[in-house]
This record gives sequence, structure tokens and C-alpha cells, in this order.
Amino acid sequence: MASRSTYDFKPYNVGRWLVWGLYALVMLVAPLLFTSSLSMTMLTQMGIAIIGCLAFNMLLGQGGMLSFGHAVYAGLGSYFAIHTLNLVSAGNLPLPVSLIPLVGGLFGLLCAALLGYVTTKKAGTPFAMITLGVGELVWAMSLMFPGFFGGEGGISGNRVTGSTLGISYGPQIELYYLIAIYTFVCTVAMFAFTRTPLGRMLNAVRDNPERVEFVGYNTRYVRYIAFMVSGFFMGISGGLSALNFEIVTAEVVSAVRSGAYLLFTFLGGAVFFFGPIIGAVLMVLALVLLSELTLAWLLYLGLVFTFMVMYAPGGIASLIMMNLRVASFGKLGPLLASYLALAGTGAAVLVGAAAMVEMTYHLQLNQAMGSEMSFMGATLNTHSLDSWFGAVFMLVVGLALFELVRRHFLVQWGQTQEEIEREIKRREALA
Amino acid sequence: MSTMSTMSTPDRSQADARNAHQQATSVSAAQVKPAGAVPAVELRDLRKSFGKTEIIRGASLSVARGERVAIIGPNGAGKSTLFNLISGRFGPTSGEIFLDGRRIDGRKPYEISRWGLARSFQVSNLFTRLSVFENLRCAVLWSLGYRYAFWKFLADARDANQRAEEVMHKLKLHKRRDALAMNLTYAEQRALEIGITIAGGAEVILLDEPTAGMSKSETQRFIGLIREVTAGKTLLTVEHDMGVVFGLADKIAVLVYGEVIAFDTPEAVRANPRVQEAYLGSISGEGQADAQTGARTGAQTGAQATAAGH
Amino acid sequence: MDASYFLISLLNGLSIGLLLFMLAAGLTLIFSMMGVLNFAHASFYMLGAYVAYTMTQAIGFWWALLLAPLLVGLMGAAFERFALRRVHKFGHVPELLITFGLSYLILEMVQLLWGRQALNFVPPQGLAGPLFTIVKLPDSLSFAWGVPPPVCLSVEGAQCTQFPAFRAFGMGMAVLMLVSVWLLLTRTRIGLVIQASLTHPDAVETLGHNVPRVLMLVFGGGTALAALAGVIGGVMRVTEPSMALAVGAVVFAVIVIGGMGSLAGAFVASLSLGVIESFAVGSDRSLQDFFAFVGVAITPESFGYALWSVKISQVAAILPYLLLVLILIFRPKGLFGTREG
Repeated sequence: MASRSTYDFKPYNVGRWLVWGLYALVMLVAPLLFTSSLSMTMLTQMGIAIIGCLAFNMLLGQGGMLSFGHAVYAGLGSYFAIHTLNLVSAGNLPLPVSLIPLVGGLFGLLCAALLGYVTTKKAGTPFAMITLGVGELVWAMSLMFPGFFGGEGGISGNRVTGSTLGISYGPQIELYYLIAIYTFVCTVAMFAFTRTPLGRMLNAVRDNPERVEFVGYNTRYVRYIAFMVSGFFMGISGGLSALNFEIVTAEVVSAVRSGAYLLFTFLGGAVFFFGPIIGAVLMVLALVLLSELTLAWLLYLGLVFTFMVMYAPGGIASLIMMNLRVASFGKLGPLLASYLALAGTGAAVLVGAAAMVEMTYHLQLNQAMGSEMSFMGATLNTHSLDSWFGAVFMLVVGLALFELVRRHFLVQWGQTQEEIEREIKRREALA
Repeated sequence: MSTMSTMSTPDRSQADARNAHQQATSVSAAQVKPAGAVPAVELRDLRKSFGKTEIIRGASLSVARGERVAIIGPNGAGKSTLFNLISGRFGPTSGEIFLDGRRIDGRKPYEISRWGLARSFQVSNLFTRLSVFENLRCAVLWSLGYRYAFWKFLADARDANQRAEEVMHKLKLHKRRDALAMNLTYAEQRALEIGITIAGGAEVILLDEPTAGMSKSETQRFIGLIREVTAGKTLLTVEHDMGVVFGLADKIAVLVYGEVIAFDTPEAVRANPRVQEAYLGSISGEGQADAQTGARTGAQTGAQATAAGH
Repeated sequence: MDASYFLISLLNGLSIGLLLFMLAAGLTLIFSMMGVLNFAHASFYMLGAYVAYTMTQAIGFWWALLLAPLLVGLMGAAFERFALRRVHKFGHVPELLITFGLSYLILEMVQLLWGRQALNFVPPQGLAGPLFTIVKLPDSLSFAWGVPPPVCLSVEGAQCTQFPAFRAFGMGMAVLMLVSVWLLLTRTRIGLVIQASLTHPDAVETLGHNVPRVLMLVFGGGTALAALAGVIGGVMRVTEPSMALAVGAVVFAVIVIGGMGSLAGAFVASLSLGVIESFAVGSDRSLQDFFAFVGVAITPESFGYALWSVKISQVAAILPYLLLVLILIFRPKGLFGTREG
């Protein structure tokens, strides 16, 4: 798709305060607009996920470090936080519940310092493999030490332990606002990090680790410190999670959880700061809503992810930015028709494929319920050739049309980019 | 000798003693230094083997402060390897390297950089996704003492920002301030490459084929630029283009099969029979060297152009 | 510890180790050739097991053994050609990410087509029973081919341990496969081209060889190897959706321990880990016993009892990762490390 020059565009020149204000406003107002308890569940989880994905992206997007075991730091933060909560509940520790996420952050930092020392000895692919190994190590240990990890049942806690200033965290909405405050502060902090010498050198390490050494910096230290800072914020995310669910099970340090952070952060867009925020929102939507909709949700997710890697490695954020750039030059109009066509044919492909997948699952699992099933309002018969033929037909025709539209779109996009380049040169010449 | 490998300031008396010893073994009589002056860069019987192949076979050189030296030699002589050894990209098999009297062989690149030696690369080694300004700012951060700070803002680092602006203007890259390094033209990238090298204010600069792949006119302009930005520094360049050599260097070191066979003024080197032999005839300059440069320039421009995506 | 237990544990360990090495070898070849670590390698292992299972129902085990790896190898080659190649220009991280995505996809497809339960993949008739039995009587130790002799049941206190024939077959297959790959790489023309492309792909291309096609071949070959290991592992151990992740993580640890890019290192690391795990699983000792040996008594009230009382058998599963951490601290290059990531 687009060329490298798409990353030139910087919208933050216009009203940075506006953007941050809007962000805070959205978080303040959301629970008032979406009042159902399901919405509340999702909003609280989104806040937690945003911190986690942003912290993860500190390594992936800003540092070029791919970690397959990062859930460990959030998970360990969760465990330490819930043990602390139990200490507070028992009256042994006079610590306000509001500060417990910071305890999670502290232990996330400590664990990152300990494990990160070994992990950051290497870079690139070996680094990724080591994070996988360390992740498996912690996961296996969780089964070996039931005293700390609580075995199969995990560790439970109770966040309601008396009230300070009338806040007891009994009602979900109180917890939501605590999370919202943490989310906002952490987002600001992590954004500020990108504007510090260490943050910038981390970017330099991502782009050219060798040259960094020749301008006086120890690449390994840069990575190690960034790893610890990331671990700190992951720990805060974990601590908030412990407060939210009031139970921590070994799943929080599993490879599956680590994979989820990776998948959704990348999906949201690792190249831009706000990409992981989009990813985190999608993560909660997928985990809570999509998983209810269909058994094959991980399959669809995997497909979307794989196609993203191939065609849009900058994630959804990059897609948004590319189109904003085109829009700022006033050339988005002509492309809209192509987008609609792409969406339409893409939907046909999706429906055809999904029908086949759902029918297969139905065959496998629900055979006792007969061969009829409902799919998107229509009734399909898993034993009748008609249904299968219809699905395959839709899939094949959709694919063919999609490919046609895609080629046309690519030509159009290329032309648009050229026009924009010409315009930029024209403006430069005038300046 | 072990005292030399700590990060302390050099011991003057020991440096003087070594200096005297070195004067007795110097390659050319033209190297008369005032007593007590520590050479900026000194190589002593440097050797480097890769597996069974010895690339650098006992190279010795002594460059005084402020001297401008061009290192020339046939292909495969080991010029880039020499730079890699001096700048710490890898360590020697044996022999010693001194920077201002401090022993630096086997040290990490960032240590050597912090002690005041900077190098450029033959193939531009930039921070691809950072802007021109950011590239230069990254190059000055350590030298201005910012270390691994994540509690200060870059926007408030006035000295760093000023220095980056300064270098950017000197390189005439200010119009491309916010362009990403990977989107620059080849010549702009080479200029930025030099910029990153000198921005930190190192006293000893190593330039590895700075004009590689440039046209005649670009090269001319570039020489002027290099002269300007490295004024007053100790300069070592690897070069093939004899025009550049004469434009920049006071002295020429000739590296053949990993040994320095001559180190003298350009005229003396030209007349040196060993050098003539090594170059299969004379280095009367333009004819043969240009043929060499031309062929290489063509190939490199092609490769660079592909790499830069033009 | 007696001789029979030792022998059986050793053989079991070697069989696991050889299986690991089959996987590690394919992974190392792909990594050395293409610089990309195939995160989905263990997923192809799983695919091999499942495809072979289905084929066995239709055409018998022996045909499945031959055809399943070929089919999966073709799938791997297709993936390289249509997906991986496209991502190559983005760098190493996207390459790793796309194989990560693939591992998700393969897992989900397997669950979609074969379900989430474990499958009962049994060895064929000829290899179903034990290869030999070690008969340990109170006063003698003897060896018998095939099934346990009647004396095992009739004599009081007799301990008979069997060594399954399929395990031996698996070991034999592994050795055969490794020898043929070694011969292929060192004795044939295509092997030379592959070796050369390992370090100088550009030079090889200018010589007229179709390097992209060679890469596709290597990737397909590597995944075929993984699938072959899967056919064997599927019978020897288990055939279920979690088999990929379980084995995958260990294989990655193996290649980092052995040194990335080194086949010799992978060999030593795989066999060592296999043998160590085999012995560890059977041991109920713990640090508590060690302390008792040196005269320090540890009781449930002692500080850190949870740590001292952990049995080696419990730790067996994480030994590869512990070794990984240790190697990284003391010898970061790995045992025979040559090439960095």
C-alpha cells in the first residue's frame, strides 16, 4: 500500500490541548452515556487494557523489541497487589486501596529489573525467544508455588474495606473513576516519556542500534531501563485488574495473555502513540463481545492480524493517519467510492467464509441439535448441499470481485500519493 | 600498562616516555613533534585476523593533534577494518591503539565515543525513522550530559536543540528539518551521516569514504563542507578519490595488505617507490584513480539508489 | 538407582531429545537461511500429527508417514511463497509476527476441523507392542525381546519395565532423517547451493541460481521435517491442540541454549534436555533431601519451605527455561553460538 512518506504527517500541531482534553472528557462522560452493567464492565476493562497496551508498545513500537512474555509483569503485579489488598483487609497494612495499583507497579518494576537483566542481554529475535522462555518459566512456577499463586483457584480479595472520604469502591462506578484517573495519568506519563532523552534514544535504538553505540550510548542500558519502565506500567495495569476482578488466577501470566497484548497492540498500530489505545479498546470488545458471538472468533482475529502484517503493518492507526493525510490535501472524496466497494465485496467474502466456518463448528459440536442452524438471520442446513454451495459461491465470487476492486483502488491510491507529493514540492518551492 | 585501560585521565609522564620511544621507531623523519605532545591517535603493531586470514598485519601509525590524514590503499588492504578497530566495532587480535594516550583497543564503541572519537560510515548508518533534526539531536545528547534521563523534556534541552540547529544549518539541511532520514536523497543522507559524526563535538573524527557514490560536483561541494565542519579537529579519512585526498589531507598514510607502508606528505608519498610498486605504476592521480573511483561510484550509486528507494 | 531404570530413562530421554532435535534442526535451517525464526514451526509439527492421523484412517500408517510430511511441506512452501515473502521487506519483526499469526491460524483451523479433544493416535500393528522388556527379579537382572515373559507375573517382587517398539522406531526414523538431511546438504548440488545461500545469498543469485526458489524449498523442507516429527510425536506422546505450544516453547529454548544458527548446538542441547527431563521426571528428590544430606533439617515451619520442598519431578517441565536463563547469564552466545539474530 502506501509508501514511507506517510509518516511525515503530524496532526498534533493543531491543538494538542484539544486532543488531551477530549480524551479526558470521553473518559469522564462515557459511563454516563453507556449505563448498562455490561458497558461498565467493558469500560473498566478498557481503561486497564489501555495502560497495558501502551506499556507494551513502549517496547514494541518505540523500542523495536518484540516480547512474547510481557503479560508476566502485569500478572505478577496483579498477584502482589491482591496479596497487599488482603493484608490491608486484614488490618495489617494501613494503605489506602487507591494506592494498591501503585504497589502492583512497584513489583512490576522489580520483576522487570530482575528478569529484564537477563532478557535484555540479547536483542532482536533472540530477545523474543528469551521473553517466551521467561514467560513459560513464570507460568510453570505459578503451578509449583500454590502458596503465592493460589493454585487452580487463584487468590481472591475484597476491595471494599471501609471507606475514605465516602469512597468504598463498592459501586462499580467508583472503581471506574479510579481506573479512569490512573489511565489518564499513565497515558500522560507514557506520552511524556516519548519526549525525554531516554525516550528518544529508545527510538534511535529501534532504528539503528549499532549507530547508537557510536554516539556514546550503551544500547543495552537503554533497552534495560525502558524494559523496567514498561514493567512498572504493566504492574499498575495488573494492580488495577486485581482490584477490578477481585481475583487473580494463573491465567494472567499465561502465554495466551501475552499473545493477546501483542496481537491487539499491533492491530491498533505500533507506529503511533495512540495506536495501542485503539488496540486496547478492540481487545476488550473482542474478548467480551465477539467471543460470545461465535466460537471461531480467534480464527477471525488471527486472519485479521495476519492480513494486517502483510498489508498494513502500521496497524489501524496508520490507516487512519494515511487517510487523514489524504483528507488534509482534499483528495479523500474520490477514494470513498472505492472504499465502499472494498467494504461491500469484503463483506461478501467474510459472510461466505463465516458461513462455512460456522457450519463446520455446528457439525462438530451441536449435532445433537439437528442439522439446522441460524446464521445472521438466515437458516442454514449443515447437511444440505445448497447451504454449502451457497457459502462457497459467495466466497469465491466475493474474492474475485474484491481482487478487482483492490487493483483499481491501488492504482487510484498511487495516483493520489503522487498528486500529494507534487503538491508538497510545490509548497516547499514557495516557502 | 594496565593503568592506561581505566577511565582516568592519561598519565603524562608515561605518555612522554612512550612518545620518545615512538619517535625512535616512527616511519618517517617528517614526524617531528614537540616534546611532550601526546599523539591524538596511535596504532602500535596492530593485527587483526578473521579466522585464519590476517587482514591487518602489524599496522603502526601515529597521528598528531590537528593533523589531517588520508588513508589510501588498494582494495582489500584493510582500510575499513582499520577504522572498525580504532572505533571499537571489533577488537584487534593483538597490538595496541591509543587515543590521546589512553589505551582503547578492545573497548566498546560507546566508551571510545565518550572519550572523544567519532566515526562516519561508508554506507550511511542513520536513524531511519527519525527526522533530520532528531538524528542530530540524538548525536549530541550524551556529549551534553543528558545520559539516560527520562525525567527531563527534550523541548527544554536548549543546548542540545541549539547545537542540532547549528549543525543542521552548517550542513544546509535546515530545509529538510522534519523529513525522515530514510526519505532524504543520497547526497542529503551522506551529509546527515557527517552531521551525526561531528555533532557531538568529538576531537578526533574518522570519515569512511565520505564521498562514496557522489558525482564530481557533489564531491567538490562536500569537500568544502567537510573542511568547514572538521576545522581544528584531528581528521582521518579513508578515500579513493585522489582529488578529495589532496583537498583535505596534510598527510597520506598508505595501507597495503594490512600494513602502513608510508606515512608522509602527499608529494613524498607520490615519490615513494614502495607505494608506486603497490599501485602498479604511479599514483599520478586522475587517470587510474578516476577509473577506479568511476567504476566504484557507478556500482555504489546503483546499490545506494536501490537501497534508498529512488 | 538401578541399571534397568537408568537404561530405560536414558532411552526415553534420547527418544524425546531426538524428536526435539528434528524440530530444532528444521527451525535452525530456516533461521540460518532466511534469518526468520518460524514461530509457527511447532504448529506444522501439530499439523503433521493431525494430517497423518486422518490419513492413517484412510490409507494406513505407512502411507501416512510418507505423505503427511510432504503435504504439510507443500503447505509450508505455499505460505512462504504467498505470505512470508511479501513481508520480508518490512524487516525481521514483521516476519516473526506473521509466523506468530500463522500459529494462531493453524491452531484455530485444527480445532475447527478436528475438534478440541485429544485424538487417539495409535501405532500401527507391527509397532504396537514393546521392543524389549527388562526383567528385574529379586536375585537377577535379565533382558527379553518383546512382551514381558510370564515370570514377571508369577514371581513375587518382580519388576519388569518395557520399552515400546514405536519409541525405538521413532528414534530410528529421527536418525535416518538427520543423516539424509546431512547427506543432502553436503553431498548434493542443491545442498551446496543451500549452504552457500546461507552466508552469501547475493553472490549465489548472481551465479544464476534462483534464490527465492531455494528459500521456498528450504522453508517447505523445514516444515516437512517438523511434520515428520509430528507424525512420530503424535503417536509417541499425544495428539491434541495444545501440543504445539507445549513443544514449541521448549524448541525455542533449545535453539537459544545451543546457540542460534548452530546445528551442532541444537543437537547437543536437544539430547541433553531430553535426557535431563527424562531423569528428572522420575525423581522425587528435592532440595530438602540435599539439605538433609549435609545435615541441615528442613521442616514445614522453616523459612522458604515451599521452595526447598519442590521435587525435581515438578521442576522437570521448566528445566529448559531455567537452563535458558542460566546460559544467558554465563554464556550468552549459547553452547556453540555462531550467528546472532
